[in-house]
Amino acid sequence: MTTMNIVQAVNSALREEMQRDDRVIVLGEDVGINGGVFRATEGLYKEFGGNRVIDTPLSELGIVGVAVGMALYGLKPVPEIQFLDFIYSAFDQIVSEIAKFRYRSGGQFPCHVVIRAPYGGGIKGGHYHSQSTEAYFAHTAGLKVVIPSTPADTKGLLKSAIRDEDPVIFLEPKKIYRAVKGDVPEGDFTVPIGTARIAKPGNDVSIITYGAMVHVALEAAQRASDKGTDVEVLDLRTLVPLDIEAVLTTAKKTGRIVVLHEAARTGGYGGEISALITERAIDSLQAPIIRVAGYDTPFPYALENVYLPDARRVLTAVDKVASY
Amino acid sequence: MDGQMLQVISLDGSYDTKSEPDLSNDQLKKLYYFLVLVRTLDQKCMNLQRQGRIGFYVPCIGQEASHIGAAYALEPNDWIFPAYREPGAILIRGYQLSKLISQFIGNANDPLKGRQMPNHFGERSVNYVTPSSPVATQVPQATGAAMAAKILGDKNVVLTFFGDGATSTGDFHAGMNFAGVFQAPVVFVCQNNQYAISVPVKKQTASESIAIKARAYGFEGIRVDGNDILAVYRTVKEAVDKARSGKGPTLIESVTYRMGPHSTSDDPTRYREAAEVEEWRQRDPVERFRRYLSKKSLLSDKDDQEIRERAAKEIDDAVAQAEKFPPPSIESMFEDVYASIPWNLREQMDEAVKLNKKE
Repeated sequence: MTTMNIVQAVNSALREEMQRDDRVIVLGEDVGINGGVFRATEGLYKEFGGNRVIDTPLSELGIVGVAVGMALYGLKPVPEIQFLDFIYSAFDQIVSEIAKFRYRSGGQFPCHVVIRAPYGGGIKGGHYHSQSTEAYFAHTAGLKVVIPSTPADTKGLLKSAIRDEDPVIFLEPKKIYRAVKGDVPEGDFTVPIGTARIAKPGNDVSIITYGAMVHVALEAAQRASDKGTDVEVLDLRTLVPLDIEAVLTTAKKTGRIVVLHEAARTGGYGGEISALITERAIDSLQAPIIRVAGYDTPFPYALENVYLPDARRVLTAVDKVASY
Repeated sequence: MDGQMLQVISLDGSYDTKSEPDLSNDQLKKLYYFLVLVRTLDQKCMNLQRQGRIGFYVPCIGQEASHIGAAYALEPNDWIFPAYREPGAILIRGYQLSKLISQFIGNANDPLKGRQMPNHFGERSVNYVTPSSPVATQVPQATGAAMAAKILGDKNVVLTFFGDGATSTGDFHAGMNFAGVFQAPVVFVCQNNQYAISVPVKKQTASESIAIKARAYGFEGIRVDGNDILAVYRTVKEAVDKARSGKGPTLIESVTYRMGPHSTSDDPTRYREAAEVEEWRQRDPVERFRRYLSKKSLLSDKDDQEIRERAAKEIDDAVAQAEKFPPPSIESMFEDVYASIPWNLREQMDEAVKLNKKE
């Protein structure tokens, strides 16, 4: 085991996959000589050179657009989008091109691009360095959406994403890039895409969540246990494909569900989780499913702590479903 | 070259021997066959659409020389990122006509499995990438494929087709800019057919030409008479050779005219005068090349008649063959979304199959 933080886990996964497969290349803004604004690609330029760690012009559309062509030609590009909030100029290339290439070509042109982007709030970043818009991508057939919450999962899932055959939107919880440290297994270690993880077992209430909010859920679970409520925390790790078995197992176990994400509530992925549980396990439910989410406002600057779900808000929801 | 336009064959078929490209008589006759084949195919498919045998069609009448001449300048291992008005570019690379028509129909013989509208064909074995409808998305992709070829040390060149309307997009800018910065072995062929559906090129750009835009990206832009197949071939061949030898990208503005509608859903009489169309008809690329071959004594009237009959028969046979195939299976609708079928699609497939089961 090695102890590392999430940025180090990203860096380690990229390095190992680049060593393993010459076709893996990294491109983006400031990813080369500078090692990325979060230092996720630190040292890669020196080790692999400018042909495989490419500093690009400042254009997300260009970064993703050329990555598509590289993937079709036979490389395995891993573009970095500096902040998820900057990805929208490339949205057409993602939803109309990357997501549909395999399908629209009858399977002739798979388009395996792994797009890495830091997402989420809590860093005083305002509208454009804070958003959590995974639902756009989860709504688009053809993309896989992965959001880790720990260093081990970050490394294992990113390695799996790079070895996958399908395009992956890999969202990294930047608020906890350095704050969360953990043990990461040595050697060639991967975590399969599409499997959730019980972050904490419990019997009374289930919190279903992902990404940085896993840690908020764990704090809320700790505080709930002080009050005698035994909370289970399910870390989805992958939104698409969803580990439906894990979701239904915890739902049937507790019958009391809180779905938690920092993305805005309306149209968020929590609605999908809630609907799947009611469609498939309504007989097990002891209480209405409650969503705890970001508010339906643009992401605010000064009041981000009000906007973002915290343990107190989650605990209110836990109490509500526990006492229903 | 920005203001001028390279021409090899005059409207009457006379030609400049100094600028003729190095093509054998057999190659010249092959080019003529494909010009006739594509012209005949368009006429046939417009009719098939009116008869309800295909759902939609995008003709390229008037632009045959522009795209066939360009595609013929490539080697088999080179790649094409097309728009959707270049059927001759895939056919001259050896693609089966019956498969192309199967794509127009959207049947079980369509390599795309009936998933896209007509004219969005593509084929891996001839490095012809399946396009989408959003305009210009292929431009940065072509640059990326060319960057990949360079990174891998291949000597392949990538060519992309797009229209004059595409030059207004961010994708065009990004693709051109990256190509210049990374000196990618890519050839950008803008088929300036004067219209983006109804909007004329002068409303796309105030630039004196499209070719001149290349200067801002640090590479060469060339205007060529897109209705002169030899001028197109020669210009593209030089750009391809340049790219292959490591000297970077070229933008070629192939000046042509869309003689037909944008698609079977379009009525061009709403936005342009018959006189304008008539003027361009005098520059018809198929007729011009016929006159050239005739002047060179490579094509008699009898030869021409035979070629036209052979093309019509090839098309009729291909249509007959394509129309024998059934629609794609319902299961196939759920395949290729991902490399393997996830649980939710498996459930939906089962539901759709059950609901649509023949009694």
